[in-house]
Amino acid sequence: MAMKDAVARFVHDGDAVVIEGFTHLISFAAGHEIIRQRRRDLTLCRLTPDLIYDQMIAAGCAKKLVFSWAGNPGVGSLHAFRRAVEGQGQGLEIEEYSHFGMVARFSAGAAGLPFWTLRNYAGTDLPRANPRIKTVSCPYTGETLATVPALNPDVTIVHAQRADAHGNTQIWGLLGVQKEAAFASRRVIVVVEELVDERVIRSDPNRTVIPAMIVDAVVVEPWGAHPSYAQGYYDRDNDFYVAWETISREPAALARYLDEFVYGIPDRAAYVEKQPGLARLKAKAQFCAGVNYGF
Amino acid sequence: MMAAVAARELSDGEVVFVGIGLPNLACNLARRTHAPSLVLIYESGAVGAVPERLPVSIGDPALVTGSLMVCGMADVFQLLLQNGRIEVGFLGGAQVDRYGNINTTVIGAYERPKVRLPGSGGAAEIAIHARRTLIVAKLSPRTFPERVDFVTSPGQRVAKAITDKGVLERDEVSGELVLAALYPGVEAADVQAGVGWQLRCRPRLAPLDPPTPTELRLLRDVLDPQRLYLKG
Repeated sequence: MAMKDAVARFVHDGDAVVIEGFTHLISFAAGHEIIRQRRRDLTLCRLTPDLIYDQMIAAGCAKKLVFSWAGNPGVGSLHAFRRAVEGQGQGLEIEEYSHFGMVARFSAGAAGLPFWTLRNYAGTDLPRANPRIKTVSCPYTGETLATVPALNPDVTIVHAQRADAHGNTQIWGLLGVQKEAAFASRRVIVVVEELVDERVIRSDPNRTVIPAMIVDAVVVEPWGAHPSYAQGYYDRDNDFYVAWETISREPAALARYLDEFVYGIPDRAAYVEKQPGLARLKAKAQFCAGVNYGF
Repeated sequence: MMAAVAARELSDGEVVFVGIGLPNLACNLARRTHAPSLVLIYESGAVGAVPERLPVSIGDPALVTGSLMVCGMADVFQLLLQNGRIEVGFLGGAQVDRYGNINTTVIGAYERPKVRLPGSGGAAEIAIHARRTLIVAKLSPRTFPERVDFVTSPGQRVAKAITDKGVLERDEVSGELVLAALYPGVEAADVQAGVGWQLRCRPRLAPLDPPTPTELRLLRDVLDPQRLYLKG
């Protein structure tokens, strides 16, 4: 399916939307298409909002942000996010956890439970900032444990290295919470670098993280995670992450960026054409030893 | 100097939850000097990482290549951290207070922040579950106030705060950070000038050796040749 059609069909105004990926495999292609289609009032959920949610906040897509670390990883701040919560932007509701809290929310959602227990938050001010972090008394030991509510997004978008046409999806390298987020979600869009034959998937089933049964759409979008990265395909474009510090600091510069690289082009293929330096990011080959699946 | 002092806090064979920046330099320095069996774990899921280049973020692809294990983040936080498998956690912070509480959330009131910081990430659970936490931060009264504006990570398990002038450590009786060791040529008063409360001192302050030629060579030529984190 084309990204345009997948977003039109599965991402609606007012939805709770997850574009996951911990530094690795972040679907900028999907985020840009959501901006282009001018979705509004979204509740954006993600451990690390990263540049893509900063862009979506700046573009006016977000009503609320649910997160655990809102910075530019390895660089500094997300300035559109900061303007919104420091009272200089259009305003943004926030609901804040720690990484473990967000992971636990996805785990509960993926397992069909109403909440998840974790030994956490004693002595921190996080429960005061977020009343949805509560406690429960263990029925076996009496220990007080923290709880967080299940997160069941309307739609989760996962970038991955490869999938077959049915949506059986394989990921390697950092896995983040891609699996939990997908299983917790009502609808799932998978975006891949490469479409492969079902035989390729069947040759290495342990690498399948998301099975076709939970996937609604498969979108093939080479370089779809840029400026994030895909292990074995391309490295993170760190220069762009550094440049975002300057771009996002100035609302006018940010608006010019969105005009040129999002609104002003029709799709990802056009975006890739506008990135002359991509060859320098191509991954070197480093294959694993291989395993014997025979019996 | 901070990286070398932090590296010496790590013992061979320990399991360390590594942060990006100076902690990452310190852990990789320790691994290449006195602690070759140090196990580096990054919250992104890389276990036993041997990064060939200085990682630019906690999720750098160089952490994956050649590591012993890559697991999902649910496994990182539940099986490794919550289940007590991590011995040392490294944390930085915009504010560190008298009792080792760390703030990485907001300066000012939470509802109307003067400065919105990134938030916890994994810092809250690292401070709660790592058996000992090491703080790495430069001294200034703004960074070391009497009380933090927001407790992101509680200070109970903070063992030491490694600063650019000396090392503070937690006093077992009062629970507060006290001055324990000084860099060469630094006086206790210099440290006090960078701390927002009346700093108490250990009866005998340990001297800290400057980085050895080997440590300097590794830091400058091998670990951070582009000076991303090393300054001066």
